Order: sequence, then structure tokens, then C-alpha cells
Amino acid sequence: MAFGWLPGAVGDIAHGAATTILLIAVTTLAGTLLSILGAAGRRNGPVLLRRAIAWYVEVMRNTPFLVQLFFIFFGLPSLGIRLDPILAAMLAMTLNMAAYTIEIVGAGLDAVPHGQTEAALALGLRLRQVFVKIVLPQALKIIYPALTSQIVIMMLESAVVSQIAVRELTYEADMLQARTFRSFETYFVVTLVYLLMSMALRRLLVAGGRRALGAGVS
Amino acid sequence: MIEFTLWDIVRNLLLATRWTVLLSLAAFVGGAAVGMAVLFLRISKNTWSRRLASGYIALFQGTPLLMQLFLMFFGLPMLGLRIEPWTAAVLGLTFFASAYLAEIWRSGVAALPLGQWDAGASLGLHYLQELRLIILPQAFSITRAPTVGFLVQLIKSTALTSIIGFEELVRTSNAINNATFEPFKVYGLVALIFFAMCFPLTQYARRLEKRVPMR
Repeated sequence: MAFGWLPGAVGDIAHGAATTILLIAVTTLAGTLLSILGAAGRRNGPVLLRRAIAWYVEVMRNTPFLVQLFFIFFGLPSLGIRLDPILAAMLAMTLNMAAYTIEIVGAGLDAVPHGQTEAALALGLRLRQVFVKIVLPQALKIIYPALTSQIVIMMLESAVVSQIAVRELTYEADMLQARTFRSFETYFVVTLVYLLMSMALRRLLVAGGRRALGAGVS
Repeated sequence: MIEFTLWDIVRNLLLATRWTVLLSLAAFVGGAAVGMAVLFLRISKNTWSRRLASGYIALFQGTPLLMQLFLMFFGLPMLGLRIEPWTAAVLGLTFFASAYLAEIWRSGVAALPLGQWDAGASLGLHYLQELRLIILPQAFSITRAPTVGFLVQLIKSTALTSIIGFEELVRTSNAINNATFEPFKVYGLVALIFFAMCFPLTQYARRLEKRVPMR
């Protein structure tokens, strides 16, 4: 074991970690938004839309993320859709996460008592207001712990996007070990960075959830 | 230039699927064995064993599987072991699976009423007998759905072993894609094969979930 290369590599590792954080931040926002739309559409949309969403969820949940990523990055150009590696990674991560969080958000929507909707309608709120102001906040509060876990899992999964040359943490590790010939030490350090990031992310989400959604969240 | 028909592609992919299936099974069996050991530590009466097992589980659930595989692949040779992609893949996925399975089964043990332990003790059963005859059978039976669910996750995770050079479905598809330049078709077929393996298991897990008796 030799760590003499480490001081010179801190910049690269930090740069990679920043890209990983950017990826997961975009995925969290876009994925959550998409899954709220998806869960609402699966409950209240036309039959065709409901069926399409159900199939989308099944297909994404039953195929590996790596294959989805390759399909989007290498496969879509033959349909004329050519994406930057980082955009392809964001798209793949968002679509993958949404398949899991659609189910989670849906469970939350189902858990809000129907009386809440009736009471809001009786107060003269429009349907969209009822959903956005009454049902959704309560649902998010219920499912917040599950959502948090899914976001952390997605961050760990993001290591895979190094395979389409997105310059995130794992990609930087690959480059470093090729330069230093210290493969084990490099991946050991980077694994520790991932461990710290996943613990910090979980803390951050729990604290943020407590502030935004009220006390009592996980 | 060699022409590849659709059947050539499908046939080669199906041949490679054998290795995906074999790897999944080996990792599941190995993971169950190691997971049992972790479970015993995790529910033992000794505080330090419990902490050790919690740390083990947190470590594997808090780092990317890809990093775990890299550490196996590059770390074991440092200990003087000659290692091939297959060994690194099986060992890496085994440890990965053991952490998740131990945690799933622990939740099953925790869900049992304490009266079950008391009843066992009052029948004069030894700690290990209690576990074997009373606690574990019930814990396994109520966690059957998440266990099958994890098997699906494990099958999907085998895709990552292509990155450390194990010749399974995804690595073969990369090679075929490089020869045919038809990524849309090739990766579409790979997704279809994975779907055909995972979807029945997902449905089975869903059926099990509905069947669990509510206490």
C-alpha cells in the first residue's frame, strides 16, 4: 500500500465528486417531479396513459441500469437523438429513478385519507389546488423516508455512468489508477469518498425534510 | 466483412445468458450462506458482534457495487491470490448479497413478537434451538417477498461484472455491438432478455407480498 500519489490527486477527486453531486441533484429534482406526474397520471389519467405508465415502471424495474444507459447513449443516436454523455447520464438516471419513485409517490397518494380531498372540495378549492396544496404535501411527508433511501441508492448507482465517459468520481478514479498504477489504493480512497458522500447525503436529506415537511420525518 | 443475422445475434446473447444465470445463482447461494453468518452476528446478544455486523451491512449498502467489485478485482491479487474476473465477480456479488440478505432477514426476526422467544425459553430450548426451530423459520417465511425482490436486484447487478471483464450478457453484447454497429437492436434485445428473467420473479414477489398473513 502506498499513498504518495494522494496529495496530487485531491483536485481530480474533488472535481469528480462535484460532478457526481451535480448528477444526483439534477436527478433528484427531475426524478421527483416526473414521479409526481407519473403517479398522478397513473391514478387519474386516461386508460391508455395508465397502462403506458404501468409498463414503463415494469420495464425499467426489470432491466439493469447499465443496459438502460447503453441503450440511451449508444442506441438513441440511430433514431437521430444524439446526447452528450452527461445529458445521457442525467436522462438515464432520471428515467430509472422515476420508475421506482412513481410507485413510492403513488403509495403516498393512496395513504392520504379521501376525506381530505372531500373537505378541500367542500371549501371550494379547484381540483388542481386540492392536489397541489392538500394531497401532495401530506403524501410527500408520508413517503419521505422511502424517497430518501431511493435518492441515496441512485447516487451509488451513478458510479456506472463512468462507462459512457462522464467525468464523475468513478471516471476520475479510473484515470488516476491508470496514471499511478495503484489500482487498489485508488479505488479504496474513492470508495471511502462514496461512503462519506452517501452518509452526508442521507443526513442532509433528513435534515432538509424535517425543515421543509415538518418535524417527525424519519 | 461477416454478416450477422438477427438469429446470430440472439443465439450469441442467449449463450452468454448462461453465465448471467450461473453468476446470479452462485452469488445468491453464497450470499445466503455468508448472510446467515452476518445475521447470527447481527442478532447476537454480544454488543460488539452486533456493531460489527451493522458496520458490515452499512459498508456494503453505503458504497457503489462497482467499487466493491474493483476492490475485489485489484485487492485480492495484493494478498497473493491469482484472480480471474469470474472469481472477483462471484466473491464481490456474494459479499454484496450477504449484506442485503442479512438485513432483510434481520427485519424478519425483529418483526416477531418477543413472546416467541419467551415461549421457546419456557419450553427449555437452548438459544440455537430457539433460532433453528422457532425464530428463523418464521423470520424467513415473512421475508420471502423481499428476498425474491432482492434476487431480481442481484440478477440486474450482474451486469456490472462486465466492467471488470467477466464475459456475461452485457459484455458479450458490447462485443456484438462493436461488430454489427446496431446498438439499438443489440441493447434492446439484452434488455428484453433481462426482462424475461426478472419480470416473472417480480410478479412472484408481488404475489408473495399479498399472501403474507397480517398479524
